[in-house]
Amino acid sequence: MDLNRRQFFKVAAVGLGGSSLAALGMAPTPAFAEQVRHFKLARTIETRNTCPYCSVGCGLILYSQGDGGKNVAQNIIHIEGDADHPVNRGTLCPKGAGLLDFIHSPSRLQYPQVRKPGSSEWARVSWDEALDRIADLVKTDRDANFIEKNAQGQTVNRWLTTGFLAASAASSEAGYLTHKVIRSLGMLGFDNQARV
Amino acid sequence: MASQDIIARSATTTPPSSIRQLEEVAKLIDTTKCIGCKACQVACSEWNELRDEVGHNHGTYDNPQDLSAESWTLMRFTEHETDDGNLEWLIRKDGCMHCADPGCLKACPSPGAIIQHANGIVDFNQDHCIGCGYCITGCPFNIPRISQKDHKAYKCTLCSDRVSVGLEPACVKTCPTGAIVFGSKQDMKEHAAERIVDLKSRGFDNAGLYDPDGVGGTHVMYVLHHADTPRLYAGLPDQPVISPLVGLWKGVSKPLALLAMGAAVLAGFFHYVRIGPQRVEEDEHPSPPDSSVQVVDPAVHVYDPNQPGGQGEQRP
Amino acid sequence: MTNHWTDIANANLILVMGGNAAEAHPCGFKWVTEAKAHNKARLIVVDPRFTRTASVADYYAPIRTGSDIAFMGGLINYLLSNDKIQHEYVRNYTDVSFIVKAGFGFEDGLFSGYDAAKRSYTDKSGWGYELDEDGFAKVDPTLQDPRCVYQLMKLHYSRYTAELASMICGMPQERMLKIWEEIATCSQPGKTMTILYALGWTQHSIGAQIIRSAAMVQLLLGNVGMPGGGVNALRGHSNIQGLTDLGLLSNSLPGYLTLPGDAEQDYDAYIAKRALKPLRPGQLSYWQNYGKFHVSLMKAWYGANASAENHWGYDWLPKLDIPGYDVLKMFDLMGQGKVNGYMCQGFNPIAALPDKNRVSAALSKLKWLVVMDPLATETSEFWRNVGPFNDVQSADIHTEVIRLPTTCFAEEDGSLVNSSRWLQWHWKGADGPGETRTDVRIMSELFLRLRKRYQAEGGAFAAPLLNLSWPYKVADEPSPEELARELNGNAVSDLTDASGATIKAGQQLSAFAQLKDDGSTASGCWIFCGSWTEQGNQMARRDNSDPFGMKQNLGWAWAWPANRRILYNRASADPQGKPWDPDKRLVWWNGKTWGGTDTPDYKADVPPEAGMNPFIMNPEGVARFFAVDKMAEGPFPEHYEPFETPIGINPLHPNNKQATSNPAGRIFDSVWDTLGQAKDFPYAATSYRLTEHFHFWSKHCKLNAIVQPEQFVEIGEVLAQEKGIVAGDRVRVSCKRGHIEAVAVVTKRIRPLQVNNQTVHQVGIPLHWGFTGSTRHGYLTNTLVPFLGDGNTQTPESKSFLVNVEKI
Repeated sequence: MDLNRRQFFKVAAVGLGGSSLAALGMAPTPAFAEQVRHFKLARTIETRNTCPYCSVGCGLILYSQGDGGKNVAQNIIHIEGDADHPVNRGTLCPKGAGLLDFIHSPSRLQYPQVRKPGSSEWARVSWDEALDRIADLVKTDRDANFIEKNAQGQTVNRWLTTGFLAASAASSEAGYLTHKVIRSLGMLGFDNQARV
Repeated sequence: MASQDIIARSATTTPPSSIRQLEEVAKLIDTTKCIGCKACQVACSEWNELRDEVGHNHGTYDNPQDLSAESWTLMRFTEHETDDGNLEWLIRKDGCMHCADPGCLKACPSPGAIIQHANGIVDFNQDHCIGCGYCITGCPFNIPRISQKDHKAYKCTLCSDRVSVGLEPACVKTCPTGAIVFGSKQDMKEHAAERIVDLKSRGFDNAGLYDPDGVGGTHVMYVLHHADTPRLYAGLPDQPVISPLVGLWKGVSKPLALLAMGAAVLAGFFHYVRIGPQRVEEDEHPSPPDSSVQVVDPAVHVYDPNQPGGQGEQRP
Repeated sequence: MTNHWTDIANANLILVMGGNAAEAHPCGFKWVTEAKAHNKARLIVVDPRFTRTASVADYYAPIRTGSDIAFMGGLINYLLSNDKIQHEYVRNYTDVSFIVKAGFGFEDGLFSGYDAAKRSYTDKSGWGYELDEDGFAKVDPTLQDPRCVYQLMKLHYSRYTAELASMICGMPQERMLKIWEEIATCSQPGKTMTILYALGWTQHSIGAQIIRSAAMVQLLLGNVGMPGGGVNALRGHSNIQGLTDLGLLSNSLPGYLTLPGDAEQDYDAYIAKRALKPLRPGQLSYWQNYGKFHVSLMKAWYGANASAENHWGYDWLPKLDIPGYDVLKMFDLMGQGKVNGYMCQGFNPIAALPDKNRVSAALSKLKWLVVMDPLATETSEFWRNVGPFNDVQSADIHTEVIRLPTTCFAEEDGSLVNSSRWLQWHWKGADGPGETRTDVRIMSELFLRLRKRYQAEGGAFAAPLLNLSWPYKVADEPSPEELARELNGNAVSDLTDASGATIKAGQQLSAFAQLKDDGSTASGCWIFCGSWTEQGNQMARRDNSDPFGMKQNLGWAWAWPANRRILYNRASADPQGKPWDPDKRLVWWNGKTWGGTDTPDYKADVPPEAGMNPFIMNPEGVARFFAVDKMAEGPFPEHYEPFETPIGINPLHPNNKQATSNPAGRIFDSVWDTLGQAKDFPYAATSYRLTEHFHFWSKHCKLNAIVQPEQFVEIGEVLAQEKGIVAGDRVRVSCKRGHIEAVAVVTKRIRPLQVNNQTVHQVGIPLHWGFTGSTRHGYLTNTLVPFLGDGNTQTPESKSFLVNVEKI
C-alpha cells in the first residue's frame, strides 16, 4: 500500500463524511423488503407476432398492458423474442429488441394529411376527403392515358402514367389484395422493394 | 425476492441470514462469439425503461461512448493486430461484473444502498443511495455512474427482477449468437471449458476464462481468445483488485476516524434519529468527492476520439 | 434461400461473401455459430471490409468491391483443374454433357449475338442446346465433345488463373489459394459448404451473374439440394420474399407467373410458351402445368366472370411493350415528365433508390404523390427544405402530396414469408395510434370508390374493375383470414383429384397438384396452395419438434412449395436414391416411395431407375452451368468492371472498351454524363447497412438512435493518413452526382489493395441516416449511388462507385 501521509488523512476525512453512524452500529435496521424491482409482465397479455424488419422472420411476443376488457385500450409495453421459435429461439437483434420504440415512435403518422402544390406545410384532412381525392386523381389520369390498343392495333390494355411501389413488410394478404387491385387497373409501373 | 436471500448489505453490521443454500448464478460472455451487434445494449435499455441521449459518433463504433446512468452496458470495440499481421476485432460487452467480493458494496457508506444476493447478484437500491460516488471508487471495473437527473448511482442489476421470477437477464435472452449465456455458475464454467477447447482447435492457444480471483471471482465472466492479456479488450483489468482506498476505509481509516469523532458522534446520533437517514444525503450532496480519492468526476468521462477504446490501457 | 436458416447448422463450411450476415441478420447468423460450435464448421468471410461477420471468421480475405466473378471464376478453374468436383453429382444432376449449338461463341469479352448500338444481345439464337429429331437435347456422357457444356465451361474459365484473379480482386494470392483449398474439400460427397449472400452480390451491374458463378461452384461441389449446402440469398425485408412470390413486380403475376407481351395476343400460345415440354426423356418439367396455375389465379381474381369463353379474362391483363416498367424505368420516365401520379406503400424511394437528386427532381415533376406509411418518411417530405440535407425550394415543387397513416406489424393479423420461404402467421397485439388504417382497408376503400365511380360515370376500360371478384364479408376491410384462404385456393365446383378423392365445391384445396385449368379451381398464388387447407391455417402451426435431428422443423409454420424446406432435395440422395451421407439425410427411396426428414421436392412415386432428375422445374431435369438464353449478358458469368471503375480497364479484356463494364447492363442515356472517372474520384466506394439500424425505419426508434446516432463513413488508416484525417473528423465524400458530409471512422479494417498493379483505396458508406427521425439528421447516402443497374434484375449498383474524400 503506497499511500502517502497526505492521502491518508484525506481518506480518513472522506470516511468521516460518509455515514459512519451505521458503522458504529447505531443505525436502526431498515426493512430489507422491496430490494428487487417489481416484475412488470406478471399479468400482461401475450400476443405472438413476427419481427417486421429483416427476412429471418424472428418470432416475437408482444406484452400488452390490460386484460382485454371492454374498457381497456391494450398498450404494448414490452417486446421479447419467442423462445419457441425454431430460428430465433427467443433472441432478437438490436433492431428487434428496440421494436417497442417503433410502435411508439414520435414519427408515427396519426391522421391523413395533404401538402398542396407549392406549400411548405401539411394540412390535416379526413379519411373520406383523402380517399375521395385520391380516387378522383387516379380515375382522371387513368381515363386520360389508358392505352387499349397499341400502334399495331394489338389489344394491350395498359396504363403507364401512374405507378405504384408496394411495401416490403406488408403482410402477404395485404400484398395480394394490392396486386389484385393494381392489376385490375391495368397498371404496369408496379414494383416492390426487392432490390434495394 | 425474500429478504433472506440477501447475503451482504452496504454499511450494515447486522449479520445476514445464511442458512438457505441458493445456487450461484452467472452470466458468461463469450467474446469469441460476440459480433458486437449491441442487441444486449438495446434489450437492457428496453427492459429497464432507460433512454439515454442520442449522442454523437466520435469516430468509432462505440455508442454511446461510455457507460452512463442510462446505459448500463455497452460494447467496446478494439482493432488488434496480432504478431503475424492478422487483424482481430475484439469486442467486449462492458458492464457490472457482479463480483463475489464487491468493492462497490464495501465502499458504500449508505445502509442498504448496495446489496448482494445469495445468487451472486450485486444490486443497487436507489431508495437508499446518497449519490456520494464511493461505489465508483470501490469498483475495480469502473462501472457505476451517477445520474445527473437524480444524483443516484446506477448500474446493471443482472435483471434481478427477471431472475427473481425465474427468467434470464434481458441481454442474455436477446443475444443473437449465443455469446451471452446464463445459468448456474458451475454450468457456465463447464460451458466455458467446452468453448476453450473449440477455440484452441482454431489456433487460439491462449483462450481462457476470465473469472478474476482478485475480486473473489465474478458472476459475469468472459471467454477470451487472449486470456493471457485481458487488457487487449478495451482495458479489461488483467488483475482487478479493490482500490486500496476502500481497504483503508474499511480497515485503517474507519477506526481512526471513529476514534477521532469522539463526542461528536453522540451529537450526530441524536441528529440522525431526529431527522432520519435522508439527512445524510442533504449533508453530503453539496460537497464533491475528494480529489485524491476520485480525480475524475465519476459521472463525466473525458473522451479523446483520437484514442478510441485505448488498446491496452488499464481502466482506473 | 434454397435452404433455410436453421439448416445452416448442418454445414461443414460457411462462405459469407456478398453479404455481412452477422451484421444484417444476426439471429439467422446464430446458426453459423451453431455450426461452428457443434459441427466443427469453419467460417470464411470474403468482403471489402473486415466486417462484424469477419470478426468471428476462421478465414478472412479482402476483395475489391465488384470483382467477385473473378474470384469465383478462378475458383471454378481451380476446382476443374485440380479435379475437386463431386463427379457423380455433376455427371448425373447437371448439364455438363449437353451439346451447345454451334452458333454460341465468346470473343474478346463478348458473347455471340451482341448489338453494340442497342447495348444488348439481340441475337441469342446460339445460346442453346443442339436438339435431336424428337426435340430432346443432345448429350455426350463421355464429356469429350468440345461443344459439350463441360468442355466449354473449362475453356471459358481457363483464363481465370490465380494470378489474374488475385490481380483483379486485389486479394493476396496465397490467401486466395488457402480459401480455395478449404472450399475444395467440400467436393467430398456428404461434406457441404453453404454460401450466404445478400445485397453485396445483388447490387452490382453484374449482380445476377455473380450469384450464378457461386451457384456453379456449388454444383461442382455437389452442394445444391444438400443439408448445410445451397445458395442462400438472405433477403432484406420481412416480407420481400412474400411480395416477390406474390409477383408485385412490373412483369409478374403471383407464383412466378409472367404477364404477356404485346405480341402475345393469342391466349393459347401465351400458355404454351410457358408450359415447357421436357428437354430430355423422362423428365418432369413441372412448368408443363403452367395453365393450371394461371387459370386458377384468374378464377381467384375474377370469379365467375373468368370463363373459358373469355380466355379466363386474358384481355383484362395489361400487356408489356418492353421487358418491364421497374422502378428505375418509372423514375426515368418520371424525370422526363411522363408520369403524373405515384403511390408509395411503405416504400421510401428517395432514400432507397440510387441518385437522390435525380429521384427528387423526378418526384417534383409528378402531379400527385400518395404515401401510405406508419412513419414520416423522407419521400413524403421530399418537398420540405431541411438545410443541406434536403436543399429544395418548396414553393417550386408543384406536386400534391397525400400522406395516409397505416398500422404496423403489431396492429394487424396476417402472414409474412421469411427468407426460408416459411409463411408465418402473426396476430394483432393492440390498435394503431390515432386514425391509422391497415393497408388492406386503404386499398379496399380506394378500389370500392373507383368501382363506384366507373359504375356511375363509366370511363376507360372499366371491365376489369367491374368484373373483379370481391366476395369479402366486410367489403371495405376484408379479413386477413379471407384473403389467406383465397390465396390458398378452393374448389369452384366439385372435382376429383389424382388420388380419386372428391373435393366439394367451396372446400379449401390442400396442394397445388389439385389445381385444374378448366375453371374448377381457384388459387390466388399456386405456390401458396397448402397454406390454408380444410385443416385450417397451416401458417399458424407451432410444432417446433425436430424428430430426425436434421433441423427441418416441418411442423413449424408452412413453407412453400408443399412445405418443402430444402429445394432440389432429391439431389441430397445419389442416383440410386440413397443419401450421399448418412449424416446428411434429407430424402430417400424406400422401395415404394420417396420420403425422409423433409418433404421430397420430387414426384413421390417415381423410382430412381426411372432416371427422372432432381431439378424438376427445369425442362432439362438437371441444373444448368450453361444458362442458355436466360441471362442478359451471356450463358457463362464473365467479370466486368463496375460502371465506375477505379482501374479504368477490364484486365481480362484490356483492349476492348465495350467489355470494360457489363455490355448488357441497365443504363439510361441520360445517366452516362453522371458517371465519374478515377482521375477525379479515385476511391472505390461501397454502401451498406449496419446492425444497429434497419434501412430507414429504425432511425425513428430512439433505442436504435442511441446506439448508432450519427452518420459516418469508414476510411482505412493509410488513406486517412494521406488525407490528414483522424477519427472523429468531419469529411466530405463527393462523386459526380453530389456529396454527403459525415464523421470519419478511421479503421484498420479497410486496407489498401493492389489491383492491376495500382493501389486502390476503398471507402465504406453506411446508409441509415436522413432528414426525418430520431437520429441526428444526415445526408441520404444514395446521393452518391449511380442510377444504373443489373441487366437482368434492374438492381442498382449501390455497392461499387467512385468517390473523393476530403477533410472539411
